[in-house]
Parts: sequence; structure tokens; C-alpha cells
Amino acid sequence: MTNLLTKVTLDNGLTVHLKEIHTAPIISHWVWYRVGSRDEIPGKTGISHWVEHMQFKGTSRYPSGKLDKAISRDGGFWNAFTFLDWTAFFQTMPANKINLALRLEADRMANCTYAPDEVESERTVILSEREGSENEPLFRLGREVQLNAFSTHGYRSEIIGEVEDLKSITRDALYHHYRSYYQPNNAQVCVAGDFKTAAMLKKISRLYQDVPAGTHPPHPSQPEPALGGEKRVEVKGPGETTFLQIAYRAPAASHPDFFALSVLDSLLSGPSSLNMFGGGGISNKTSRLYQSLVEKELTVGVEGGLSATIDPYLYEITLTVHPEKTPDQVLEAVNREIQILQAQKISEFELQRAIKQARALFAYGNENITNQAFWLGYADMFESYTWFENYVQRLETITPDDVLRVAQTYLTPSNRVVGVYIPVNHKEKTE
Amino acid sequence: MSAARSAHWKTIPGPDDVTRRVLPNGITLLTRSNFNSPSVVVSGYLGAGSLFDPPDKLSLAYFTCQSLMRGNQTHDFQQIYNLLESSGASLGFGASVHTSSFGGRALVEDLPLLLQILSESLRQPVFPTDQVERLRTRLLTSLAMRAQDTGEMASLAFDDIIFANHPYGRPEDGYIETVQNVTRDDIIAFHKNHFGPRGMVLVVVGAISAGAVVDQVMAKLGDWHNPAQSSTPEMPTITPLLQTRRKHISIPEKSQTDLIIGTLGPQRKSPDYLSASLGNSILGQFGMMGRIGDIVRERAGLAYYASTSLNAWISGGSWEVSAGVNPKNLQRAVDLILRELNRFVSKPVSNTELRDNQANFIGRLPLSLESNNGVANALLNLERFQLGLDYYQRYPDLVHAVTPEMVLETAIRHIHPDQLAIVSAGV
Repeated sequence: MTNLLTKVTLDNGLTVHLKEIHTAPIISHWVWYRVGSRDEIPGKTGISHWVEHMQFKGTSRYPSGKLDKAISRDGGFWNAFTFLDWTAFFQTMPANKINLALRLEADRMANCTYAPDEVESERTVILSEREGSENEPLFRLGREVQLNAFSTHGYRSEIIGEVEDLKSITRDALYHHYRSYYQPNNAQVCVAGDFKTAAMLKKISRLYQDVPAGTHPPHPSQPEPALGGEKRVEVKGPGETTFLQIAYRAPAASHPDFFALSVLDSLLSGPSSLNMFGGGGISNKTSRLYQSLVEKELTVGVEGGLSATIDPYLYEITLTVHPEKTPDQVLEAVNREIQILQAQKISEFELQRAIKQARALFAYGNENITNQAFWLGYADMFESYTWFENYVQRLETITPDDVLRVAQTYLTPSNRVVGVYIPVNHKEKTE
Repeated sequence: MSAARSAHWKTIPGPDDVTRRVLPNGITLLTRSNFNSPSVVVSGYLGAGSLFDPPDKLSLAYFTCQSLMRGNQTHDFQQIYNLLESSGASLGFGASVHTSSFGGRALVEDLPLLLQILSESLRQPVFPTDQVERLRTRLLTSLAMRAQDTGEMASLAFDDIIFANHPYGRPEDGYIETVQNVTRDDIIAFHKNHFGPRGMVLVVVGAISAGAVVDQVMAKLGDWHNPAQSSTPEMPTITPLLQTRRKHISIPEKSQTDLIIGTLGPQRKSPDYLSASLGNSILGQFGMMGRIGDIVRERAGLAYYASTSLNAWISGGSWEVSAGVNPKNLQRAVDLILRELNRFVSKPVSNTELRDNQANFIGRLPLSLESNNGVANALLNLERFQLGLDYYQRYPDLVHAVTPEMVLETAIRHIHPDQLAIVSAGV
């Protein structure tokens, strides 16, 4: 089945990326902005995510409380995400109802009101979201690891932001952030599904033609110095379970080494799916770490994964420590496995298996129009759509020598943060 | 028929494109082709649920399910996962009250492999001792993590209150003591007595023709018989609460408290189901989590999430309002939710609210069916609740038949604001 792909840039700098898919009467529409937690400064952490929330609070044309009902009434679903590098909004709708989604996104690119009472109401909602995260031991641990993995880059902060900042960020700061980054020349509209390209392009052009291009702050390019030695952090909290997280500095998604590291990840901790919608995952029970840790009863679980980001981020391995073992015993076993990867080339069989796993994950993701629309924009945020299209072919060019080299380059103790969550045992009480 | 309805019609599963076969050994097979992606989904269930768990060995069904892929007469644990993972395929088992279930996916070229592993896991597991013990440690660790999860602990206590002395009130994953009580012999006996083809449902959706699916399933599972397979016992009666019960589970150092307020709901086959479902959507789903979301989150700013759920099963169900709130706002959230529940059982929903939600139910149907997994779940529901292969095609008319008065009558029948379970878990 041929899917027609079109990408154009309008006069105001807005990029429009369209993919016709006529398998179901569904259209998924996304608007991506190149702003995320990497653009934040100390004191304003979490502001990109809060702005994302405020975008649901209405414009004069679509007042608060009307948008969500309008989308639901037409049988659609919508949501938004804030990540390290980007913020994205989407609606997946019955194809004949998509005009509403197109209109409202064009409207809220420029016309959100940020009413002060809405800002205050949302402040408590976001603090509540943050409190919910704080309940999770792995959030607490991940936050400390991330904070220690970077010294200057915006990647050091949790996307949701620090509590003190969430309490002090003002309505004007939010509005300024919104007006600074929500501009057509800092955005991309992506649509996949059951439409005709020419008609869709015409609609989008008409809706955005009056939104002028603007100047947005340059994206920070703080060069992050090398970690300069292994860092260790400890987090104590309630619970009975010990967790270990090991985070290595990893290359950006556009870096050629990202692909070799993806193969390495696949065989070390199991294949990771980058699909956000659908597809599911593949278990990791034959991965080297599962074999040497879970099967040897040092841990009861292991997972790992890379994130596709603009700047170098992290390759993270998270382990649930066996109740009768210590984090040091687990770390020692992880080190042994990594040393093997650094000393011996992987087999051709392991390489081919990683490639087949990637091929399967991509096939699963393609069952779903929302996921296909997601990739139209996501890949462009950190590199380009060809990155996605050529992903499996790029993996096929990786050799055992490449995997050996990236293991030696990136998986060194001096390039990592080791975090341990130490439970402080409390028993529950009921009233 | 409207233009929109015509377009939807082509993608909604129905008798024209779903093949249903009952195999001679009692397995019901449903299959639907989708050649848009070279992948295939396999899902299903059989009547070996936690309702058979002895009270001192809760988790037995779940433990058994988790052990099925730990080794069989043909392949050991390593070989099983090597075959699956090397193909980019996946397969897993789980347990609920009525059934043990399974789900997997593969590239279509690997469907024979997936069915082979499924068949071996169902028919010839050997439950190696070391694997069973390793699994037990994992289950116990999961329970330790559950004890720290405010949402899960609130849910556990809520089910225990509203489904007292009923299998719906017992956790499928058990408690620490009951997991420790389960022996390998228990698992072997559970498998022998409850796993069999009678009553099993298998769904295959993906890039393959119905004929090929029937042939492959017959080849792998057509000769399975288990004369020892037990029958499903009668379920005990569910007794409604006579007065409101409140319970708080104290878990130190938690920033957020999880709250559940609710009661019994209709079973899935009840004539009340669609009225309750539309009412539930109005109450706590539609738009930004319905009336409850509007009051608790949007206006009061008390919670990141505040919504409702209607859980309708074979013998009964629950109707729940859930919210995550700052501990100091707990009582305020409880008061706001109770006020909304009182309103919900006092006045009919408006025509506009109902129309909007009816449009939502009908409009979202094709969206829920766009992936192989979505279709597989839909087919399982058709069979589990005996809704008929044309159910999704009749669905718009069924939804449109609901009136505001029906929603109110249903709400009054099920929600008694002075007979609720109110459960919170947090500091």
C-alpha cells in the first residue's frame, strides 16, 4: 500500500508534514513546538510543561471547558506531551471531523488567554501531578541521577520541574514563554490518515497564513563538559525494595554511534521500542543482563533504554535488586557484563537478532495511524524523518566492531552516574 | 445511513469479515484479517481464573500462569525466550477472576512459532522448581512494591469492602503469606484441573487469511483434550453495603493520597450496562474527565486526575470515582465528589450532555479498532459476553436508544450516596 508523503514550509516558516494513509477513516493531527525542558533556566524549571497545560485553558474563540468537550463530542481523543526537546499536541479524530482539530490548534498557537485564575488553579493541579510522581521511588531516584548527570545543560532537570519553581512561576512568565516559543517558524504541523494531500495542505495554509513568524530565543547550546569521573548518589525513602540506576552519557540521536548503541542496548538489556502509541514491547529474558542478573538471582528485574534527543543524553539501566542481595553485588555483575562487551565482539547472530527485533517493533508501530503521525514530527524534532525511515537499514550497516567500539567509548565508569534507592522500611497502618 | 456512518461501517468488525469457528475440542476461534502491516496479534483466555484460588493460597491462578513459560516438555526457559525474542515476537500470560488469559504478537511469518509456544505452554508445562522459586521472589517483590503504591493499596481495600466474601474482592496476585503458601504441587494440580480446551477462546488478527489461521490453530491445538478439566462453579451472591464505610490506609512519606469512592455496578450483560456506561462518561470521563474532573480538577484545582470508571464483569461490577489529591485536600475532595454523586442521582442528565456522549461513544469506535490489538480486544469482548458478531454494527442504535431518564433510573438503582465505600491511601 502506497502512502503519499509531503513536506512543505509555508511563508511564515511553519513546516507542514503530511502522510496519506487510507486504511481507516481516521486522521491524526499533531502540532510540535521546538521547546522543552532543555530550554529552561534555573528558577523556571517545569515552565514548558506548565505552558502545555495552559494551552488547554482556552482562547476567546474556544473558551476553557469547550475544547475538550468539542473533541470528545466528535469521537476524538487528544492529549499533549512535554519532553526534553519538544512539546507536542495531538488529536486523533474520525476523518470527517478533523476540521475542528485543525482550527483549534491554529487558534491556540497565538490566542491563548492565560487568565490569572486559570493559572492559579493549574498551579495546584501541576503540584498535585508532581506529588503523585514523588510517591514513586523510581521518580525520586531518577531525579537525583539526572541532576547529577549534567552540570549546566537543561537536561539536568525533571520535565515537571522543581517544587519551589512551580510555586513561584508567575502568569506573566508563563505567557512570555508561550509567546516566545509558540510561533509558526518554531513549529511543525503533522497529519497522517485518510485525507487528500492537496486539500489538507490548502486548509492548513489558510488557517495559519495570518499567524506571523516571530523571533524565538535561541535554543541553548550549553556544551556539557565530560562527567570527569563516576558519580554516586543515594536516595533514601519509604519502601522495602532497593533500586539501582546506572546512567551513562550517550550520543545524540543524530550521531552515527546512536545506532551502534541501539544494537548494544538490544542485546545488553533487551530491545527498546521508541513507539509512543501501540506496538508493545518485546521481552528481554535472553538479554545479557537478564541472564547474568535475574537468572543468577541478583536482581528480580532489569530494563534499559536510550532516548532519541537533540543533544547527548543518557543510556539508562534500571535494576530491581533481589531482596537478599546488595546494590554493590549487582553493580559488580553489571560491570562484568560490560567488561565482556568491551573485550569481545558480539556474534553475527546477536547482531542479526537485534535487527529483526527492530524490524518487528517498527511493523507493530505501523498498525496505528496515531503512531505514524507521531513519527512524522518526533523524528524531525531531533533529526529528520529520514532518520525514522532509514532506521532499520542503518542498523543493518552496524558491525560487531562498531558495537565493541561504542561499548569501549561510552560504557566507562567515568562516564556514568550510579544511583541507589535505599528503602527505609515502614509498615502500613489502617484506620 | 449518514456518510460518516458509511465510512465507519467498512472498518467495524462484523459477521462479514470476522470468522468464528468452534473446534471439535471446544476451542472457539475468532479471526479477522488486516494486511496493512506485516504483523499478527494472538489473544485469548480459558476458564482457569483466580475464582479457584483457595483462600490461603490466593495468587495460585496467577502464579500458575506466570509459570507456564518457564519450561515445557519440548523447550526449556532459555529456549522458549530465545525463539520468541530472536523473532521479535512476544507472548505472556495473566490471570483474572474468571479466566487465565494470554496475549502475543509477531511478524506474520512467525505466527506458527507463536502458536507453537502457546500450545506447548498451555499443554506441556513442567514448572521447574528453580524457576518456580525465582518467580516466587519476583511476585513477593512486586507485593512489596504494591504496599508502597497508594493507588494500588486504595484499590485493594476498596474491592475488599464492596466485594466482601466474593472472589471479586480478592487480589489475583494475593498477599505475601498466600504467595508463600503456594507449592509447586499446587501449581501442577491447578494446571491439571483447570487448563483445557473446553471454553477456551482464541483470537487471531493480522496479515493472514482466515483459512490459514484455522489450519494453523488446528495443527497446534486441535488435538488438545483434558478429561480432568473442571467446570466453572457457581459464583456467590454479591451483597451490597447497607451503609457507607470509610477506610484510610496510612503509608508514610507519601506526597499524594489516592482516593476511591464507589459502589457496586451492573454486570456487563445487564440491560443497565449502556445507560450506566453513558452515565459514567458524563459523570467522570467526557472531555476533561466529565463532571467530576470539572469540579475537582478544573474548578477547585485539587487533583491532577479525578475521574470515574465503570467496571462491568460477568457476575457483577463496580462504579468508582478516583482522584489523587494532596493529603490536606482529602476531605474537600470527598465532599465535592459526594455532592456530584448526589446531583447525579437526583436529576436527569441534560439532553445536550447525553447527545454529546452518545456522539462520543459512536465516533470513537473506529479509533479503538485501528490496531490489531484493538480489534482482538473487541472480538474477545464479543465472545466473553456473548454479544453477537454484529454487536458493533448494532452499537450506534443501542447507544442512541438510551434516554436521560434511563441514565437517571440506572444511577438510582446502583448509586446510593449513603451506602458507599470511601477509601484513601497515603500519609
